[in-house]
Amino acid sequence: MANALLVLEDGSVFPGRSCGAPGESFGEAVFHTAMTGYQEIISDPSYMGQLVAMTYPHIGNYGVTPEDEESDKPRLAGFIAHEICAKPSNWRSAESLPEYFRRRGVVAIDGVDTRALTLRLREKGALRGAISTVDLDAKSLLAKVLRSPSLIGADLAKAATCEKAFTWSERASPQGRRVAVMDFGAKYGILRRLAALGAEIRVFPALTKPEEILAFKPDGIVLSNGPGDPAAAAYGARAAKALAESGVPVMGICLGHQLLALAFGAKTFKLKFGHHGANHPVMDLESGRVAVTSQNHGFGVDPESLPRFLRLTHKSLNDGTCEGLAHAELPVFSLQFHPEASPGPHDAWGAFPRFEALMSRRREASLRHA
Amino acid sequence: MPKRTDLKTILVVGSGPIVIGQACEFDYSGTQGVKALRAEGYRVVLVNSNPATIMTDPDMAEATYIEPLTPEILERVIARERPQALLATLGGQTALNLAVALAERGTLEKYGVELIGANLEAIRKAEDRQMFHRCMLELGLDVPRSLSVADLAAAESAGRELGFPVIVRASFTLGGAGGGIVYHQGELLAKAQAALQMSPIHQILLEESILGWKEYELEVMRDRKDNFVVVCPIENIDPMGVHTGDSVTVAPAQTLSDREYQAMRDDARRVVSAVGVETGGCNVQFAVDPETGRRVVVEINPRVSRSSALASKATGFPIAKIAAKLAVGYTLDEIANDITKATPACFEPAIDYVVTKVPRFAVEKFGEFALDTAMKSVGEVMAVGRTFKESLQKALRGLEGGVKGFESARAASEEDLMKGLATPSSARLGFVKAALERAMAAEEIAKITGIDPWFLDQMAELVLFEARIAREPLSAELMREAKRLGFSDAQIARTRRSAEARVRARRQALGVRPAFDLIDTCAGEFESKTPYFYSTYAGAPSLAPVAQRAPRKTRGPKNGKVVILGSGPNRIGQGIEFDYCCVQACQALREMGHESVMINCNPETVSTDYDTSDRLYFEPLTLEDVLEIIDFEKPLGVVAQFGGQTPLNLARPLAEAGVKILGTQPRAIDLAEDRKLFGRVLKSLKLLAPQSGIAENPRQALAAARRIGYPVMVRPSYVLGGRAMEIVYDDASLKALAAKALSASEHSSLLIDRFLADATEIDVDAVSDGKDVFVAGVMEHIEEAGIHSGDSACTLPTHSLSPMVLDAVCRATKSLALKLGVRGLVNVQYAVKDGALYVLEANPRASRTVPFVSKASGIPVAKIATAVLMGRPLRRLVSAKLLKAPPRLPYVATKEVVLPFIKFPGLDPKLGPEMKSTGEVMGIDRDFPRSFAKSQEASGMSLPKAGTVFLSVKDEDKAAIIPVARELLRLGFTLIATRRTREFLVRHGLEASPVAKIGEGKPDVADLIRQKAVSLVVNTPSGKRERADGFIIRRTALELDVPFITNIRSCQAALGAISAAKAASGSDGLEVRPIQDYYRDLGPEVRSAGRRLAAS
Repeated sequence: MANALLVLEDGSVFPGRSCGAPGESFGEAVFHTAMTGYQEIISDPSYMGQLVAMTYPHIGNYGVTPEDEESDKPRLAGFIAHEICAKPSNWRSAESLPEYFRRRGVVAIDGVDTRALTLRLREKGALRGAISTVDLDAKSLLAKVLRSPSLIGADLAKAATCEKAFTWSERASPQGRRVAVMDFGAKYGILRRLAALGAEIRVFPALTKPEEILAFKPDGIVLSNGPGDPAAAAYGARAAKALAESGVPVMGICLGHQLLALAFGAKTFKLKFGHHGANHPVMDLESGRVAVTSQNHGFGVDPESLPRFLRLTHKSLNDGTCEGLAHAELPVFSLQFHPEASPGPHDAWGAFPRFEALMSRRREASLRHA
Repeated sequence: MPKRTDLKTILVVGSGPIVIGQACEFDYSGTQGVKALRAEGYRVVLVNSNPATIMTDPDMAEATYIEPLTPEILERVIARERPQALLATLGGQTALNLAVALAERGTLEKYGVELIGANLEAIRKAEDRQMFHRCMLELGLDVPRSLSVADLAAAESAGRELGFPVIVRASFTLGGAGGGIVYHQGELLAKAQAALQMSPIHQILLEESILGWKEYELEVMRDRKDNFVVVCPIENIDPMGVHTGDSVTVAPAQTLSDREYQAMRDDARRVVSAVGVETGGCNVQFAVDPETGRRVVVEINPRVSRSSALASKATGFPIAKIAAKLAVGYTLDEIANDITKATPACFEPAIDYVVTKVPRFAVEKFGEFALDTAMKSVGEVMAVGRTFKESLQKALRGLEGGVKGFESARAASEEDLMKGLATPSSARLGFVKAALERAMAAEEIAKITGIDPWFLDQMAELVLFEARIAREPLSAELMREAKRLGFSDAQIARTRRSAEARVRARRQALGVRPAFDLIDTCAGEFESKTPYFYSTYAGAPSLAPVAQRAPRKTRGPKNGKVVILGSGPNRIGQGIEFDYCCVQACQALREMGHESVMINCNPETVSTDYDTSDRLYFEPLTLEDVLEIIDFEKPLGVVAQFGGQTPLNLARPLAEAGVKILGTQPRAIDLAEDRKLFGRVLKSLKLLAPQSGIAENPRQALAAARRIGYPVMVRPSYVLGGRAMEIVYDDASLKALAAKALSASEHSSLLIDRFLADATEIDVDAVSDGKDVFVAGVMEHIEEAGIHSGDSACTLPTHSLSPMVLDAVCRATKSLALKLGVRGLVNVQYAVKDGALYVLEANPRASRTVPFVSKASGIPVAKIATAVLMGRPLRRLVSAKLLKAPPRLPYVATKEVVLPFIKFPGLDPKLGPEMKSTGEVMGIDRDFPRSFAKSQEASGMSLPKAGTVFLSVKDEDKAAIIPVARELLRLGFTLIATRRTREFLVRHGLEASPVAKIGEGKPDVADLIRQKAVSLVVNTPSGKRERADGFIIRRTALELDVPFITNIRSCQAALGAISAAKAASGSDGLEVRPIQDYYRDLGPEVRSAGRRLAAS
């Protein structure tokens, strides 16, 4: 019995069952090909403004557990699946996915032919859409979809960031570095990887002034992932430039990578249907080795637009797009994919030691000067 | 990194005959590997003793040796071909063990042959459990506690230390042979003794029990740059304790969170690199405690495997092909993904469906066995559905085991039910359903079975919905939901007490039809160029027109599509031979410009490689599934004669549904299968058949038997393929058998045939186009009539038949083929007794011997048949000379079978009218004794050249044993025999020492066998009164790997072989020669037969 509806701006209609909170939600429909990790995806702030469809048909099998949350609350616009499991089975499961959705107010629909949806998005590119459990009239819902805003030009980082600065709770080691994280919608996974290095981590809201961050005297700065159009977050790019030029090592991840590129004069563009999955091969152009990476981005950096001092370090083996940059003089590098994974393979965890090495080098250099 | 240029010739070793634990998945992987290496420009030399493989077709490798897979033979091949490298990772455990043996005897070093794919060190680390465990502990990975022992005393103390139950594993054995679970000290000692014996290095491992834990496998690939990908995680539904090959498994894993899965992936990566697998495919198994999540590494296989074939088919990622390329130096990023053509192979497939594999057991042959860590299944079926429910139901109906989907087993009592749940067996899922129907809670069933509650909840949904199907009107909505859940038309019909055809008509009228989706490696992210499909009802029909599903057309203009029906899961009597024919048919159709459309559900096969056909449907071979594909594809017609009985059974209903069957029509099939009709055909052709009768009660049976004369061959009329067939010698046994058989079934009638004792059996394969008949091969069985043709050794050409008999056979075959209306292949079986020719049966389809005939003669028989099906006249396919007389071979090929007795404790290892063999080998050489010697060696029976022979024969064989005994003495053997046989020998002046019968003093025969004081056992079982000691003797010989022979004819052939081998060992042993060389000795009419299909 259909009691929820998914409508896309091209007029496609997918009836289904409501599996979450009641309501109506608008966003850009994207498909995600990871076969595990739905909880990490749902709680990843980067999906703000998006209706995420999982291509894997059975979702929710192993339930939800507080340990696997990637932020304080899910921000995605809505969730689409073929079949959502109400009776999970796993020793760590704390609640079922439908319970979680209801508790967290997420609109979700299942019973959708997600392959048909995926093929449509692949053909037409990301489309605006809506999930509704209140308006089951396809025509009226479509009219609302057509009036809804697009992600192009949308600055969502402002909404995804934390309200005020905080210190990450995991205990730092005495020899650990101080890391400042500019939060554009940061995943906890990044903070956990930094904490695994023994770092002391302070997370700052997206609109924090660069001086304020530098005043924290960080050994390194991370520009986090986040939702929306990088070109719309000009404040982020300005901050990125100031921080990078301060000489403190900077690592940009995903949106942070795009902001760094913009800061140094490169351009970004909207990908047709984006990269959303946990199986994307990325080649490290220096070592020639390939990492299977976790990716989630709808925009990319145009490699043609790179200034001389930004070197392409990683590229996607699927479509050749830019996956990583390094600055020729400054201790600054950035990655389009998610080195922290969560979800996805841990192949790219090495980015964090690489960042730490930059921090160590700088500290040694400053000790020598002192 | 580019491919290596220092290598020119690469030796590839196959896996030999099909046995339990090692089946046609290695033909699939070997074929892929050989093709990949040749495409890279390497010269490939192949050794495999199995003639029924596509990989041994003469145009696959440059030099193909169909020779015994022994270190001595391989050394000879290496000396002759001088390869620079040996790739042993595609030929299963057999090839890996051979590689180790060749390294240890210094052969590789002597000839400068490098092991590629996996090096010796890696193989040892992976295969030696103790080394492996040490390696894991050094990595900080968790493993079950274990102790390796080499004798019984050590086993006893290890058992005390570990606590029961304990897992016993024999080192270096196939499919877990010799292993098992033991619950107390007594069981442990018995098991340990057998396992020590079976392990080639006399070592066993005792292990902490992790019974009931969740079991996972990761299929991974690694290249020399340390790039690493997981092709697919597989989750077993049956928990630890049941061999993976016997478990129902699902891909991808269903109940692991990303955190847990990625940790497992990290472990796998570390395991593979620590073991040192530098290039290729690998399988890593894990167990997870469902209560705590504790994860242990179980084992690693540094080679492609049954699971990697499954993973390849499940994802579209061709593991073996890529493993071969990695072995010669490529890295994953340099290899393209075949399916998308646009993305590299260095990625992890994303799948958007669920794959379920269900094993098939030979319950009808060997009975129901409780499953344990030694594999017992003979085949498997894989199914793809959008959900687990859909794929499970498809897999179960694809099994052809009588169920039409998820169906319950009959449990008479609560106790039966509990036992059925607690004991892992082929029927357990049926008991799970029975329990769910009785509203037993999933948690409760999970506790008893160890099956994860997630799977049980899914199954419970099916049970709940089935009740709705029974109750509610068949609306469009109900129908659609039923199909989404995978219910077959037949299941719906049964539940509603309706007919399948009516349900189908109703469904189609309601517009409920499947969609065909692509297996594309990427969950739809990229466009797929490879038409590899599965059906699903998951599509929402109310949608606006859906974008690209299965495109109907894929390649350029063609001469139309042709559907080929495969043979489904392997079973005894229907295996790789039929897949071979199907693949040849695909190749022939392509050559003739047709688009081949393959339908099959067996993941082990070459036919289900997306490379084999133009379009591949991975679907169950049921009428419903096939009809939907045909309706969608609209082919010219359907080929039903290559896949064995499975497609043949579909031919009639398909024809009735208006589908065009290419070649022999269903009417002709009836003519051959219906005894009365066939009798009339024979009569009209003036051909003889053994006298026969039909009985509906014991009285009629006795009358018929007396009229025909004993011994008689008796079988129930409703079974096929020799099942439940028996030879009966007297009234008393017949009465007992008739009472049993006639009460067991409502189809109560018995077929009683005259049994032609001591007759010679002949098998003929021929092709007819309705005008001409091409007799491709006339084979003579070694064993006398009465042993199932599938279990008989046979030779080509015949070795004892007179030209007159041969001529009569050819004429009879021709007239039969024409009279039956055969278009395509036909197999006829004859018996010759006292100069008279009897027709035993005719099968208007490809037979099990077609690949053997093709390999022996070099003639692509199945391809010629395919061309005939497409309307080509035989005259244009083979020369007039061949239409007159069968091809003449100036050498001899012998086919021998392999039997699975060792896997089934308690089974009498003797041959009879019911087929039991799992596979075959071929020996080819210049004369019969040599080829027979090779066939025995290849089948694992190493005939002795000296030593003591134990003789014990039934009275009927006493006369025949005299020349045998004399020849044995002449060859230098000493003889021992029990009292009566010995007296008989001595009376004829033949020297033999006495030995006690079992139970008549010590040491008895079995003791001598156990002490390895006997090097050959000749024991012919008495048909009349089978004595218990005969069984013990055969079983003991089997378990101790002492060669044994159970019939006189084989014994005579063996003598010739021993004599030839002794003569040859004077020079340098049996010579090796590639089949391509043998074919050069053939006449031009043989070499050109069927070679130019496109022009015919």
